[in-house]
Amino acid sequence: MSPAAPTLQVEPSARDRRLARYAAAAIAASLVEAAIPSPLPGVKPGLANIVILIVLARHGWRDAAWVSVLRVVAGSLLAGQFLAPGFFLAGAGALASLAVLGALQAVSWRWLGPVGRSVAAAFAHIGAQLLLARLWLVPHDGLFNLAPVFFGAALLFGILNGIVAARLMQEKA
Amino acid sequence: MKAVRPGDWLVIAAGLLATAATAAAQWGRSAPALAQVRLDGRIVAELPLTGTHRVALDGALAALGQTVIEVEPGRARIAADPGPRQYCVHQGWLTRTGSVAVCAPSHISLQLVGPDGAHDTVAF
Repeated sequence: MSPAAPTLQVEPSARDRRLARYAAAAIAASLVEAAIPSPLPGVKPGLANIVILIVLARHGWRDAAWVSVLRVVAGSLLAGQFLAPGFFLAGAGALASLAVLGALQAVSWRWLGPVGRSVAAAFAHIGAQLLLARLWLVPHDGLFNLAPVFFGAALLFGILNGIVAARLMQEKA
Repeated sequence: MKAVRPGDWLVIAAGLLATAATAAAQWGRSAPALAQVRLDGRIVAELPLTGTHRVALDGALAALGQTVIEVEPGRARIAADPGPRQYCVHQGWLTRTGSVAVCAPSHISLQLVGPDGAHDTVAF
């Protein structure tokens, strides 16, 4: 009898488990949101960003980026949107938000809280989506006629998500 | 720590400003400057929307009467037309750049144009 083949075991670290938990919460939020009818494609609450903001505040930008990217990829797989136009729009929005959030990490959290970061990220998100849509999906400047609506929604939902994230963090802290 | 911090207000203000600025840029349509009257697709009169004018012209239904176009500061309308259904007359005063009243039986249309040409619609 030959000895049992050596098995390679990858033990997930505490960080892996934590990221997976947060990503699961973010994916659940975006799936719940997909069920909410919207009058206009692109106007969405962006509930998953509450999770991203909390991860950003507690564990830093790298973890937030992981959760965000996992959310977009796994969320689109679950929704059947992987590699569909909506996937690329969501991806562009997520990457732009992460870039802005990364730049804002240089600013103290005492001075700039979840609300401000949420609003800034929301604007980056919709801005990147509008640009991608203009370049790729709707090659006409008429698209920008809707920009004020999108920006207004970004402001509103950015503030709301930021407040929810701030409240959730206060509760646990 | 407070939920809303000083920098947050700054970002919110910037967001409000950006929204208002794009709204003004995208939706602040220039006021109409001119009323164009067409007969059989050719422009037969261009009336500035500054004063008061009243123009009567013969369309395709000239045997039944004339089409009367009235212009007042900032608006214009077709006041009378011999057409059977009076759609263009019932449309009333036109006030927005790009709006059109068409008297199809008379082959006459009235359109408000701004200083810069505006599309009435874009479709894909």
